[in-house]
Amino acid sequence: MASVSVIEAGRVAPRRASVLRKLRGGLQGSEYAWAIAFCIPYIGVFIAFVVFPVFYGLWLGHQPSLYVELFNDPIYQQTVVNTILYLVIGVNVKMFLALLLSGFFMRRGWWVKGLLMIYVLPWAVPALPTFISIHWMLNTQWGLINNVLWDAFGIDGPGWLDTSRWLALGSVIVTYIWKNMPFWTVILLAGRMAIPQELYEAAEVDGATGIRRFVHVSLPLLANLYLVCTLLSTIFTLGDFNTAYFISGGGPALSTHVLATLGIRDAFEIARPQLGVAAVLSALPLMIPLVMLLMHKLRTSEVQL
Amino acid sequence: MTAVTAGEIAPRRHPNYKLRRRLGEALALALGLVLVVWTLAPIYNMVMVALESHNDVFSTNVWPADPSPYSFWIVFTEGYWYLEYFWHQYANSIYIGFWTVFLTLGIGSMVSYSIGRMRIRHGWLLTNAALLTYLVPASFLAIPFYRMMQAYGLGNNVWSIIAVEVTFATPYAIFIFQQYGRSIPFELDEAARIDGASPIQVYFRIYLPLMAPALVAVGTYALLLAWNEYLYQFLLLSNKRSMTVPVALAQFLNSDESPWNYMMATAIVYAVPPVVIYYLFRGRMTAGLTMGGVKG
Repeated sequence: MASVSVIEAGRVAPRRASVLRKLRGGLQGSEYAWAIAFCIPYIGVFIAFVVFPVFYGLWLGHQPSLYVELFNDPIYQQTVVNTILYLVIGVNVKMFLALLLSGFFMRRGWWVKGLLMIYVLPWAVPALPTFISIHWMLNTQWGLINNVLWDAFGIDGPGWLDTSRWLALGSVIVTYIWKNMPFWTVILLAGRMAIPQELYEAAEVDGATGIRRFVHVSLPLLANLYLVCTLLSTIFTLGDFNTAYFISGGGPALSTHVLATLGIRDAFEIARPQLGVAAVLSALPLMIPLVMLLMHKLRTSEVQL
Repeated sequence: MTAVTAGEIAPRRHPNYKLRRRLGEALALALGLVLVVWTLAPIYNMVMVALESHNDVFSTNVWPADPSPYSFWIVFTEGYWYLEYFWHQYANSIYIGFWTVFLTLGIGSMVSYSIGRMRIRHGWLLTNAALLTYLVPASFLAIPFYRMMQAYGLGNNVWSIIAVEVTFATPYAIFIFQQYGRSIPFELDEAARIDGASPIQVYFRIYLPLMAPALVAVGTYALLLAWNEYLYQFLLLSNKRSMTVPVALAQFLNSDESPWNYMMATAIVYAVPPVVIYYLFRGRMTAGLTMGGVKG
């Protein structure tokens, strides 16, 4: 009997230890302490600079009256339309052109490689200098674009930024495409390079070349990557402040603001931070599904680019 | 194998194959030319205006009539009242960049080591936290962040900027480190542990040296992020001595008489270091981007 109880006692002890080990993920005493210690700086940063501002922002924008005021404001209504146009046209045109150009950059030859080095410049150069440069290029009287139009065709160019809402918004979107297309082209190019060459050879044997090869080989294999990139790009673009701010500055007559710039304007230029936060928070119905979808996509497929 | 395939296909090809190929090449060259003009126009404009005199800027010239590096000289010698603290502001940008890189690499590699190598329980929670941060647009947190920093008394302090940049660079670091870490065999850690190394020794002597390529990729990313970021620096730094180059540059734009030639010269001096770094580490950066998450 005594020996049995000893055995039982002996059994219990390791089991308890193993439960503890399981709780700690297989780590023991000091190791567990180290593992936690290594996480603490990041947890600190996350709580202090992500969780706290998020909840503070939600609290700042919690009054329903703010949203009533916003939705009745014609500037806000225009801003929502601008933001949607900016996202739908800007992101999709950019991604589609990037997809086509990534195919172009698959060509062999030294000059294509050299061209790629030049082509990625808008990505490499910081945003601000080039945006200021483009802002000046679009100047009605002295800008490079109207100067070229005048010298080459004798046309008096339009006032790109200060006469029409659509010209100004168009300028913002074109600048956005100029700045961001190279980055996504490189991503899609890497995606194309990951497609095994044998597949193309097999397709060629079966007689698929040119457009048919693109539709039947490249496209199905790139589809998931393209979708994830488009969704990611939509979120990044939603938060894009610099382009609209530096190209049109929201003008003429506050008609080309997007949500990111309108929020900052409300908060700092007219000193109503609650209203600014509300403007930003009004994008949540779009953001939450996007973030959830992306979290799911990025976690499961791990986007092997 | 390919030779055989090519041999089989050649007869089946269109008789005008050569002509079509030439035409294709010509079209490609034309497209290439369009791309070069499209890409370089704003950069050409920047250089052109920087080389012009003040009067020539306000003219209908398409190329500089009388190019001179005078504007660059003004920038280098801080010879204009907007450029009073130019080098000081440049140093601020470098200071912010350095600390952002250091802290991003430190914090990111530590937490990735704990999650990926020591396999801390509930590590996936931290991975998700990073993923979520990565997906929240930084500009959307600007207003609460600004008020928070004012409350902490960190207005006009470069450390508030470093905090922001580290916050938004770390999630990317965590992705890349975890992805890259999977290529390092666990046996190395285990062998070191059996030899009596403590976790911190394994981290410094095995993990960090083997992670060097990923550290370079993420470091470059963090440096460029901090150097190029504008919104937070604009909101949080208003004092001439604490502000950074992009903020000073944008101030020019809002002044009544904009000295465009000085402004463009400043812009070029500000843009050169990131472009050089970008081209030096381009391969690594692209490898990093294609390995894990994507962020521009």
